[in-house]
Amino acid sequence: MGMPEYSKKLLDHFENPRNVGSFPDDEPNVGTGIVGSPACGDVMQVQIKVDPETDTIIDAKFKTFGCGSAVASSSLVTEWVKGKKLDEVVQIKNIDIAKELELPPVKIHCSVLGSDALREAVEDYRKKQSGERTPGEKMEPAPASCGIGPGECDEMAGEEGKCEDECRID
Amino acid sequence: MSLPCFLTMVMMYNAKCDMTVKTPIYLDHNATTPVDPRVLEAMLPYYREKFGNAASRSHPYGWIAADAVDKAREQVAAIIGAETKDIVFTSGASESDNIALKGVMEKYKSKGNHLITAATEHKAVIDTADYLAKAGYAVTILDVDHNGQVHPDQVDAAITDDTVLVSIMLANNETGVLHPVKEIGEVCEKRGVFFHCDATQAVGKVPIDVKEMGIHLLAMSGHKIYGPKGVGVLYARSRNPRVRPEAVIHGGGHEQGMRSGTLNVPGIVGLGEACELCMKEMDEEIPRLGKLRDKLEKGILDGLDEVYVNGHPTDRLPSTTNISFKYVEGESIMMMIKDIAVSSGSACTSASLAPSYVLHAMGVPDFLAHASLRFSLGRFTTEEEIDYTIERVKKAIVRLREMSPLFEMAQKGIDIDKIQWKQEHAH
Repeated sequence: MGMPEYSKKLLDHFENPRNVGSFPDDEPNVGTGIVGSPACGDVMQVQIKVDPETDTIIDAKFKTFGCGSAVASSSLVTEWVKGKKLDEVVQIKNIDIAKELELPPVKIHCSVLGSDALREAVEDYRKKQSGERTPGEKMEPAPASCGIGPGECDEMAGEEGKCEDECRID
Repeated sequence: MSLPCFLTMVMMYNAKCDMTVKTPIYLDHNATTPVDPRVLEAMLPYYREKFGNAASRSHPYGWIAADAVDKAREQVAAIIGAETKDIVFTSGASESDNIALKGVMEKYKSKGNHLITAATEHKAVIDTADYLAKAGYAVTILDVDHNGQVHPDQVDAAITDDTVLVSIMLANNETGVLHPVKEIGEVCEKRGVFFHCDATQAVGKVPIDVKEMGIHLLAMSGHKIYGPKGVGVLYARSRNPRVRPEAVIHGGGHEQGMRSGTLNVPGIVGLGEACELCMKEMDEEIPRLGKLRDKLEKGILDGLDEVYVNGHPTDRLPSTTNISFKYVEGESIMMMIKDIAVSSGSACTSASLAPSYVLHAMGVPDFLAHASLRFSLGRFTTEEEIDYTIERVKKAIVRLREMSPLFEMAQKGIDIDKIQWKQEHAH
């Protein structure tokens, strides 16, 4: 079942999520990133509202179907990006999210979804700006890995732990 | 605020000042149960003055311990309709399952090489069957239908001349679904193969009679029936037919050679007492639990849309319900209702993300398996706790759905099943 010990920061983001909601996708200065899949247990939607003059994110929103870590990761991302320039936010790495929330190794994939969703949102905004995507046109969820490879995961988790956890319903 | 209410708030973790209900609420009795105070009372003397080794034949310390074990054997035998000499004490149901599968397959090698079990069995059976398959035995894993049941005809069709043992559980731990064990027992008797039944979740919650049900071997555990952890039972029939599994643990020949090791006398006394209490109270407890479970289920289903009960609607333990809450993930629900202890069929590893294999085997889509919670009620569950749980769950689901992009899509009329999600995971 898998509800590991969570950090205070993570619990705060889960219990008091920042910026829950959505922007209408037909606004040209909105970028939307959707990653994950229902079958994997995580779908994350991160949206940014950008000032085209300055390339600065003026607002951000999220909606997430997923575990506590997934909700907290997306909440944190929306908090981090406000007031930042697009070039700046694409530098945010999953490991930054994982460290800030002290994600347990079994939840590393949630931080990956967080950074992927943000990158997708930025890309979507740029596509809209360049005319590659018409605002309001049907969105396809972006590809993302469902979970991450055991080797990859343990690498990210470092010395501290394994990504495989005992989880069973007795 | 009254003083007791204030004290409750101070004492209880995450307390809500509701005079009628104390939190946290425990609705995870299929995982384990508290030891009944009457059971603990019965056990204590066997830690203190009656500490003897039941195998010591030369002094009263040993005789007293041996008498206590004999009494417990009778109490256990009574709850499953067995002969006392067919009761073997073990460390728990996992060990009993191991002895039943490994011990029988090894002992009756000359009879055949084939084991039959089902996809929704507990890991103690599934993993043991995998181990035997790797060791060279032929293993058939039967599918279950969408209700979670194996049909006797499937068992009949799977039995070959080489089949030695069929292992099908009585009640499933995740869903509470009951298999038609009596009919499967009839098939096994007709075809002349041994029938092992993991009854860990069923003891005390449904009547069991090993003779009437044609069960030759049975596993059960103390801690699921308000007894202590670390003690369990293997029933192995000594006549019609005689089943004597090879030992897994050797060393002293205790328990007729089927399970060596000094007997856990206090644990065994507790297990015996726990069985007797279950027997005495079952006639009242079964309908009481059923009523509370039905109230919980109805309260949740009436209060929320797109909520589904997993498993057979009626062939189920009276204490258990497994519910999928579409558009929300199980762990997030548990975090939102953290003063209520339940389990979820959602995944918990970054490496695989595969949800419950039991729900998967029943054909529940992974999306809905991730969205599932198991509520299992028990002896000390009250109606007030159920009322509180219904309200908490409804609120949590509404709140989480507001946060769910999938719910938003559904509200907009988008069929999320038709979206090309660009990731699938391998089961």
